[in-house]
Amino acid sequence: MIYLMCLILFCVGIYCILVKKNLIKIIIGIGIVEYAVNLFFILVGYRVQGRAPILAKEQVVQNMVDPLPQALVLTAIVIGLAVTALIVAIAMRIYEKYGTFDITKIRRLKG
Amino acid sequence: MNHELIPLFVAIPLGSAFIVSLLGKKLRGFADTFSNLATFSLFSLSLLSFLLTKRLGTIVYKVGGWIPPIGICMVLDSLTSFMLVTINLVAFLATIYSISYMEKYTAKWKFYTLFLLMLAGMDGVIVTGDMFNLFVFLEIGAISSYALVAFGVEHEELEASFKYTVMGSIASSFILLGIALLYSYTSSLNMADISRTLAQRGNGQIVFFVSVLFLMGFGLKAALVPFHAWLPDAHPSAPAPISAMLSGVLIKALGVYALARIFFNVLGMTATTSSILMVLGTASMIIGGLLALGQEDIKRLFAYSSISQIGYVVFGIGMGTTFGILAGLFHLFNHATFKSLLFLNSGSIEYATGTRDLRKMGGLTSKMPVTGYSSLVGSLSISGVPPLNGFWSKLLIILAAIEAKHFIFASIAVLVSILTLVYYLKVQRLAFFGELKDSLRGIKEVPLTMKLSMIVLSIICIFGGLLLIPGIQKNFLNLATEVLANGTNYAQTIFGSIK
Repeated sequence: MIYLMCLILFCVGIYCILVKKNLIKIIIGIGIVEYAVNLFFILVGYRVQGRAPILAKEQVVQNMVDPLPQALVLTAIVIGLAVTALIVAIAMRIYEKYGTFDITKIRRLKG
Repeated sequence: MNHELIPLFVAIPLGSAFIVSLLGKKLRGFADTFSNLATFSLFSLSLLSFLLTKRLGTIVYKVGGWIPPIGICMVLDSLTSFMLVTINLVAFLATIYSISYMEKYTAKWKFYTLFLLMLAGMDGVIVTGDMFNLFVFLEIGAISSYALVAFGVEHEELEASFKYTVMGSIASSFILLGIALLYSYTSSLNMADISRTLAQRGNGQIVFFVSVLFLMGFGLKAALVPFHAWLPDAHPSAPAPISAMLSGVLIKALGVYALARIFFNVLGMTATTSSILMVLGTASMIIGGLLALGQEDIKRLFAYSSISQIGYVVFGIGMGTTFGILAGLFHLFNHATFKSLLFLNSGSIEYATGTRDLRKMGGLTSKMPVTGYSSLVGSLSISGVPPLNGFWSKLLIILAAIEAKHFIFASIAVLVSILTLVYYLKVQRLAFFGELKDSLRGIKEVPLTMKLSMIVLSIICIFGGLLLIPGIQKNFLNLATEVLANGTNYAQTIFGSIK
């Protein structure tokens, strides 16, 4: 059930990228898509009755959730940060050059 | 010594990128010399790696000493060294070219930093043996290329870069989703281990979904139709050496190589996947060729032509037969050489005349002989005129299609080849031959470093057909083909080579 919610979030993000005309809303859409994929990845690592995968001294090792997806998602979040920073910088420069954020007016390249 | 060589392919460009970013602004000329030194050392190391794999077989390097499948491993086999030689050759010639070309832009050290980061990403994708590591290096290469497309910050370049970034990050999200699903099914990220687990458990339905996701994600990076829409905007907007790198090697390292490695070695090539790749490849050939006919911007024409030629490569590799894979890989190498040559030529034209519009050019060969003749070599080579290298690879693709009894696809390949000749003759006629326009009377030939790169690439184009001589072919191309044709035996090779 919760995986279905991740898919719905993914589709919301894709809808946002496809339909919205404002550059900033497209950037937010990219962010939503990345959140959905990261959330799905963490949920893949869930084990029923598992606890946080931290090994402390003098504690009996019990059922833990999978720590590997957590490490991978940290990396993916940082990659998403880099893309967001770059694309916001490009959007700012586009505003300086074209004077608008509307993608229907930013259409010099055709054909 | 042997397996410590492998991480150097990632360490040298990454380290050089950081050193250039620190010191490039302060010392004049430092960025140029240091970057060229870095790409030259990478090129020599890739030739050395090719000798090593010929002598020792597959070499595996365990990062940090952790044994796979717990640790990340870097793999150097014949396909890897083949791709490394291709990429580092084009990168070396592109950096030599940029010594003079990038004088027209500001902040040359920033250019070299991003260039070396992109090269680190590409080399990393090729040497890695781990799925998530592939994703990380893919992103490093892709993000640097988003920034490089926007390098000369004019209207059209920013617009092209924005479109490219949006589409590229959607593709990366699909790839990450595919990796997440594959991890949930096989509990491993190591390519060899995934391949072994899939062989034992059998391909469930989720593996088909994962292969569709990978096809969408890597297909966009490789500019397959229908995921090609970013390429005609992005490649012309980049500075010329970056266009040469993007069209010549990036779409191959991040797109075609990743597709080939995953579909042949990790997931296993099925008849469905094979026919999908062949159909998409053929569609790319046709659509790229048809759309290139009407272009007036010389770089946009070359960009559409790249889509068409990558269609040939994917069609060849997608056939799945040994002969088809050989033909596809040979065309990949040839396309890297002649397409980068053509883009460097277009950069020379832009440097000398200031325009990219074909209607404003004419008779350039009289004033710019090196550019003119090397562009003639490149155009004849890509159209498949004997005895240049493009002829041999296209012939092999068509023969492979006939041998596998795909007669319709083979005839489409022949027709598209004729179409290619048509639009390249158009470029030659409009740009190089004919009357020199009055506005172009004062142009001169380009500086020495630019001439040098173009001459070296044309020599490789002329003599590239020699790679098919049986003695040389056995050592270079056949070894690379065997790695892919081995398919899922990849797992045994890797686990057998871990020491």
